[in-house]
Amino acid sequence: MRIRRIAAIVLRQFYLLRSSPARFIPLFAWVTIDIILWGFITRYLNSVAASGVNFLPTLLGAVLLWDFLVRVMQGVTIAFFEDVWSRNFLNIFASPLLIAEYLGGLVLSSIATSAVGLVVMLVLASAIFGLSLLSYGVLFAPFLLVLFLFGIALGICSAAIVLRLGPAAEWFIWPIPALISPFAGVFYPVSTLPRWMQYVSRALPPSYVFEGLRGVVHGGAVSITALWLSAALAAGYIGVACWLFTSVYRRAVRTGLIARYSAESVS
Amino acid sequence: MRPVLSVSSLRKQYGDFAAVNGVSFEVHRSEIVGLLGPNGAGKTTTINMILGVLEPTSGAIAIDGIDISAHRSRALARANFAAVYAPLPGNLTVYQNLRVFGLLYCVKDLASRIESLLEQFDLARFRDTKCGVLSSGEQTRVCLAKAMLNRPRALLLDEPTASLDPATARDIRAGIRDLVACHECGILWTSHNMYEVEEICDRVLFLSHGQILLEGNPKTLPREHNKNTLEDLFVAVAREPLTLERA
Repeated sequence: MRIRRIAAIVLRQFYLLRSSPARFIPLFAWVTIDIILWGFITRYLNSVAASGVNFLPTLLGAVLLWDFLVRVMQGVTIAFFEDVWSRNFLNIFASPLLIAEYLGGLVLSSIATSAVGLVVMLVLASAIFGLSLLSYGVLFAPFLLVLFLFGIALGICSAAIVLRLGPAAEWFIWPIPALISPFAGVFYPVSTLPRWMQYVSRALPPSYVFEGLRGVVHGGAVSITALWLSAALAAGYIGVACWLFTSVYRRAVRTGLIARYSAESVS
Repeated sequence: MRPVLSVSSLRKQYGDFAAVNGVSFEVHRSEIVGLLGPNGAGKTTTINMILGVLEPTSGAIAIDGIDISAHRSRALARANFAAVYAPLPGNLTVYQNLRVFGLLYCVKDLASRIESLLEQFDLARFRDTKCGVLSSGEQTRVCLAKAMLNRPRALLLDEPTASLDPATARDIRAGIRDLVACHECGILWTSHNMYEVEEICDRVLFLSHGQILLEGNPKTLPREHNKNTLEDLFVAVAREPLTLERA
């Protein structure tokens, strides 16, 4: 592993972000809209609910954490899509770059871009709507860590799907968070779901985070074991995603797809 | 002295079709070898296998003595390429592209290397221009500058002068000749311009239906096969390969 080669991927992303408002503005625009929209929905729900009920930490906090996961995932996929959009595979993969270095560069790019979104969300949620991180205590850090790890796994997995199916498969990737969110129990306890959906929820690390978040806010017990389990699960998913990407890449080299990627298929 | 590029018994099979069928050759230091053949002969397939972006069905490739299948990254660090079908990202400037690829190839003293290549390829005035707005000839020069970044031992040039005007193409050929002489690199060069091939290549390989049909000095090879020019020989390879095989 060479740090310089990982830095090359990150630097490329920095150059593109610096020179393109179309890339830079979305880092904070969509999360800003989400926080403002859900902030006012939360404020309205507080006004019509029975006195003493505060939806702010459970509803707006959940939106903030879910958007963070989505930003992490998109940070990886968009950095990968830059090579798809600029038809750069031949130049990139004919260089000494290792797949581990390439994925490392995508992950580091995602850390930088998702951090921007997170800071903007935290500032807006606390400044406009009074959401306090203190309401989650020290557990806020492991919540973020689990969601970050799972976002990375989703991002690498999405890149593998697009590498396998071609540039048009990009449109399979954008709805992935929306498909997962009903199972992850972002806005409601997992027990609300039918039994079969609960089984799926248990396989999804974010579900443990959102259950934990509601537990903290409502003063109930939070299972530290469950949080550890979810972190291990998310780390395991990263391993599976890396294996998937590497397998797809090797197949693309075997079939010649890397060299003729715009054809989408070599058969 | 070991060759900078060694290809032995290389084969690429797609179902029943062999795109490359038992190709073997070497490129030595300070040598420019032309890989010639009609469209679909297997030139780009061979180059893609040498660059590690296409896995051979069988055979071996070594760059500067390093087996690419066993030590891909180390082998590719000693190679580079420029091809008309692989332009650098158009949304980055010339300098940004050279910096990113310089890091990918772990080029030492990168800043001064970029400056000297900008001078060498007359790109200094385009330093902060996005590659996507350059003319095709200027983009080719950027690709060549990128290909020289790591002072490769083995350089693969797939129709490098295809979109250049004759004056620029001549300058580029002279520059590449100097590079070969100074840095002891070996070049595998594909082109459909037989005048250019005759001028620059020390040796040519004629590829037809995935196999090397002829090999020799581009200046003497036509006469050896009763043809007046290299272009005549090329046409014969493209249209009547069996006749040449028998000769």
